[in-house]
Amino acid sequence: MSQNISTNLKVTPLIEIHKELGAKLVPFAGWNMPIQFAGVLSEHNCVREKVGLFDVSHMGEVEVEGGGAKNFLQYLLSNDLDKMSDGSILYSLMCYENGGVVDDLLVHRFSENHYFLCVNASNSDKDYQWIVKNSTSFDVNVRNTSSETSQLALQGPNAVNVLQSLCDVSLNDLSYYNFKKGRVNNVKSIISRTGYTGEDGFELYITPEKVSEVYRALINEGQPYGIQPIGLGARDTLRMEMGYSLYGNEIDDKPTPLDAGLGWVIKFNKGEFLGREHLLKQKEQGLQRKLVGVKLLTRGVPRSHYQVFKNGKSAGEVTSGTFSPTCKTGIGLCYVSKEYADIGSHLEVQIRNQLVAAEVVKLPFVPRHVKK
Amino acid sequence: MEVPNDLLYTHEHEWVRLKGNRATIGITDFAQGQLGDVVFVELPAEEAELAKENTLGVVESVKTVSDIYAPVSGKVVAINKDLETQPELVNIDPYGKGWMVEIELSNPSPDMQHLLSSDQYGNQCKNQE
Repeated sequence: MSQNISTNLKVTPLIEIHKELGAKLVPFAGWNMPIQFAGVLSEHNCVREKVGLFDVSHMGEVEVEGGGAKNFLQYLLSNDLDKMSDGSILYSLMCYENGGVVDDLLVHRFSENHYFLCVNASNSDKDYQWIVKNSTSFDVNVRNTSSETSQLALQGPNAVNVLQSLCDVSLNDLSYYNFKKGRVNNVKSIISRTGYTGEDGFELYITPEKVSEVYRALINEGQPYGIQPIGLGARDTLRMEMGYSLYGNEIDDKPTPLDAGLGWVIKFNKGEFLGREHLLKQKEQGLQRKLVGVKLLTRGVPRSHYQVFKNGKSAGEVTSGTFSPTCKTGIGLCYVSKEYADIGSHLEVQIRNQLVAAEVVKLPFVPRHVKK
Repeated sequence: MEVPNDLLYTHEHEWVRLKGNRATIGITDFAQGQLGDVVFVELPAEEAELAKENTLGVVESVKTVSDIYAPVSGKVVAINKDLETQPELVNIDPYGKGWMVEIELSNPSPDMQHLLSSDQYGNQCKNQE
């Protein structure tokens, strides 16, 4: 149980503030990050009921600019950028030729010739190399801006009130999956109405030199609204309750994005893109398994890699699992054979040497409250 | 961090309260703090025979799964059923309402050399913080 902090871990500019606020720090994707402050359950409930502030500066950012930017991203990514307007955001996959997933990411459009991508921390170097490698025949300039960009996430029903009192952008006019450039506490920011919690909220992109003052201002401003600093522990339980995929768990470099239910961001009709051929073949052949949400019917906590059975017969595997602070039961995301994937289907999750009864339920596990 | 001086401890963060030939067992304040919010506790059946250092049960927090080891050998005579519905008692009152099992010692005067005093255990925790 000892904390062995190796010296080559990266830290965000907020590390000292985190320590001041009582964070428990753990290595994550090469970063020394707060996993919890007051405790995962309290932080989770705070985001669902009030408002929480996350440091997600470990996330990577890549800028793509140039006359060929749109065509390049159409080729690089699985989703269709055609309907994007300036200031809009799109969730997409970036796939290998074989349909395996390089990463899942958010595309932000400044203009038709200028975008930035927000990518997973664990993948950001790999992503950058992949993007550069595939960009050679396009008129684009690709820059890894991760080290010049810090990121905060302010999430929860009170997030809009806390942020509005500190920023010069009218948040009423900012809808889900859109962003604006503005000032927060008089610091230049990109303010986007996105998140990974299922609650209304914002993600802010800020220069590392200024992120500490913005962080402190948000914590101060949020006091009357019950704000708490939130760690990666609650970030994970919040996203699991939403059924959101996490790279490394539900998706990885294997060709399973259709199984994962991500067909809605794979637009076969938009023309050629990396991975299209293999994924289309998969789709035409029909899928053998499906990512579903299960709730345990008795006590217990599913965890990733636990085996799933149907009447004692092998049926699949858990990819992410937790105790759900909202449902107060064990919940899991798992790949199961498609014949067992219907809502209401009864399965068993093997927890140590016991088979624990579970039921396939509709995702998300709890209602989403994002602003439409 | 609380380390009551009337208890014995293991290196693996269990505590033992000896009374005659019975031992009550739980996990320490330090352990519950390291685990974070406890959401599930799995305990042995009553009457189960446990050998020293074998797995006695499992305690799960939101993020982690940890085994609990039997500090002494014997038969389980009571388990704390309240933990089925209130696993958070392990966090709130680790040395009281968060107790886990009571064991009847198989050897009424067992060798306790492997267990730590409160001073020894407290020092171990300071080194792990």
